[in-house]
Amino acid sequence: MASTRAPGPAGLLTCAGLGKRFGAHAAVADLDLTLQPGEFVCLLGPSGCGKSTLLRLIAGFETPTSGTIRLGDTDITADPPHRRPVNMMFQSYALFPHMSVAANIAYGLTGLARAARQARVDELLRLVRLDGFGPRRPDTLSGGQRQRVALARALARAPKVLLLDEPLGALDRALREETQGELRALQRRLGTSFLVVTHDPGEALALADRIGVMEGGRLAQIGDGASLYERPANRFVAGLLGDVNLIPGRVPDRDPGGLSTLDTALGPMRARGAADGEGVIALRPERIALARTPSGDGRALPGQVVETTYLGDRIRLRVRMADGSLWRVSAPTGADAPGVGETVHLSYPPERAWLMPAAG
Amino acid sequence: MRALDRIALTFGLGFLYAPILILVVYSFNASALVTVWGGFSTRWYGVLAADAPLRAAAGVSLAVALASAALATVFGTLAALALDRGGRFAGRRVFTGLIYAPLVMPEVITGLSLLLLFVGLGLDRGLLTLVVAHATLGLGFVAVIVGARLRGLDGALEEAAADLGAAPGRVFATVTLPLIAPSLAAGFLLAFTLSLDDLVIASFVSGPGATTLPMRLYSQVRLGVNPEINAASTLLVGTVTALVLTASWLTGRKGVA
Repeated sequence: MASTRAPGPAGLLTCAGLGKRFGAHAAVADLDLTLQPGEFVCLLGPSGCGKSTLLRLIAGFETPTSGTIRLGDTDITADPPHRRPVNMMFQSYALFPHMSVAANIAYGLTGLARAARQARVDELLRLVRLDGFGPRRPDTLSGGQRQRVALARALARAPKVLLLDEPLGALDRALREETQGELRALQRRLGTSFLVVTHDPGEALALADRIGVMEGGRLAQIGDGASLYERPANRFVAGLLGDVNLIPGRVPDRDPGGLSTLDTALGPMRARGAADGEGVIALRPERIALARTPSGDGRALPGQVVETTYLGDRIRLRVRMADGSLWRVSAPTGADAPGVGETVHLSYPPERAWLMPAAG
Repeated sequence: MRALDRIALTFGLGFLYAPILILVVYSFNASALVTVWGGFSTRWYGVLAADAPLRAAAGVSLAVALASAALATVFGTLAALALDRGGRFAGRRVFTGLIYAPLVMPEVITGLSLLLLFVGLGLDRGLLTLVVAHATLGLGFVAVIVGARLRGLDGALEEAAADLGAAPGRVFATVTLPLIAPSLAAGFLLAFTLSLDDLVIASFVSGPGATTLPMRLYSQVRLGVNPEINAASTLLVGTVTALVLTASWLTGRKGVA
C-alpha cells in the first residue's frame, strides 16, 4: 500500500483541517473528524453551527475552502457527489415525486440486471418493513413511511458511510422514539457507518456511539454520551446535553489528590476536572442531595426553595442560594419533598461534579 | 363598498369582453351587413371554409406558430436553466434583465429592429424570418415561466439524484426535466399563442408568400368588414382562449403528470 498519504489516525472517513467559508462567514472551521467502520456518530448543535454544512461537504455538494476528506486511503475532496461512495438521507427526504417507491429505491442501482435490481429493491423494502409498497407514489405515503423509503433509497448502493440530515426531524414525537430504536438496530445489523446530524440532545444520546458537539463551525468536543455529560469541555457542551448548574469561581491551586477546589461565592467547592485561574463547576440537578437539616460534615450549602414543579417521575426545584444565585435541583417524588419557602441544605458528591475552564 | 366593487368589476369585465362577445354573436348573423342582425345562421363559417386565401393564411400561421414555439421553448428553457442553475457568473443580473426586457418592449420596436437585422444580414423576408422573429418574442415568456418552476423546485431532489450516482446529464433527464415539463408545455402554448395572434411584428418581417392569418384579416378589414371576418376572428379567439387556459392550468398544477 502506498505510504505517501498524509499520516493520521486510521479511519473509514477522515476529515482533516476541513474549512468552509461563505464570504466572510466561516460555516466550518479547521475541523478534524474520524469515523470508524461501523460507528454511529451524531453531530449535535444548534441551527447555524455548521453541522449540515459539514454533511454537505462530505457528500460533495459543497467544496471545502481548506482541508481534505478521505475515505479509507482515498482522497475524495475533489470528487463530485456522484462519484463518492457515500450516500445521504435528506431532511426533506427528497423523494422523486414523479416515480414510484420502487423506482425511487432503484434509482441508484445502475449496472444491475433487471432481475437483480428487482431483488435488491424487494430486499430493501423488507428491510424497512414496506413490503408491497413498491408501486405506490411517495405522496400517497405517511410521513413515517416516506422516511423509511428515503432510508431504503440511501442504503440501496450499500454505502460505506451513510449521512443522515435530521432523519427523524419531520416525525411526530411518539413515532420519533420508536424510529430511533429501529434506526439504531438497522445500523447495528448492516454495520454501515452512520453520521447523523441532529439538534436534539436526547436523540443524540439515544442513538450515537459518539457525539460530536459543534459550536460556531468548530467541533467543541467529541466523545461518548457519558463523557460529554459527565466531563463537558466547556459551558456550551455542559448546557446543551441537559440541565446544569454552572458555578463560577477561581482555582487557588491544583489539588494533587485528584479533586480540585474552586473558590466560589458560596465558599470553596470541590470537583473533579481541572482549570487554571478562572473556572466553572458543572453540577447536574440530579446529583444534588436535599436535606432539611445541615449535614454532619458542615459542607452542605443552605438555600431557600423558591419554586417546585411536579414532573411525575421527579420534582424540579429552584433554590435561592446564599449568594443570590438560583440552583436547579431534581428530587425524587415522595411525601417528604420540601415546599416553597422552606430552607434546605444541598450537598453533592464532589466526584460527580466537574470543574472546567471558564473561557471557551 | 361591496356594491361599488361589484359595479367596478362588472364595468371592467364588460369593457374587456363586450366587444369580443359582440364579435362572436355577429359571426352567427345571417345578414351580410355586419351591424344589422338578420337572424341566426352559420353561413359565414361556410364562406370561411371556402375562402382559399384565408385558409392558406391560417396554414402559414399554424406552421409559423408551431416552429417558433418549439424554438422558443428550447432556447427559453436553456436560458432559464443558465440563469437559475448556472451559478453566480458575471453579468447574471444583466442577462436576467435582458431576458425580461422583450416582454415589455413595444412590438413596433421589436419588429423594426428585427427588420433592420434581417435586411442587414441580407435574409429574404418570408417564413424563415417570421419563425425567427416569433421565436425571439416567445423565448422570454418561456424563460420566465420555466424559471419560476425551477426556482420552486426543491434543490435537494437534484442533489439526491447526484448522490445516488447519477451524472449531471442523467440528473437532468430523469429528475429536472420531468419535474419542469408542465412549465415547458405551458411556455410552448403561450409562445404558440403569441405567434398566432401577432400582427405588428409579422407585418415588419414577413414577405411575399408568408401571409399570416392576422395579416390577412387586417388587410380584408381595410377593404370593408364582412361577417366572414367575424367568423374567422371567433375561431381565432376560441383557439387562443383554449391554449391560454391550458397553459395556466399547466403552470398552476402542483403535482406532476
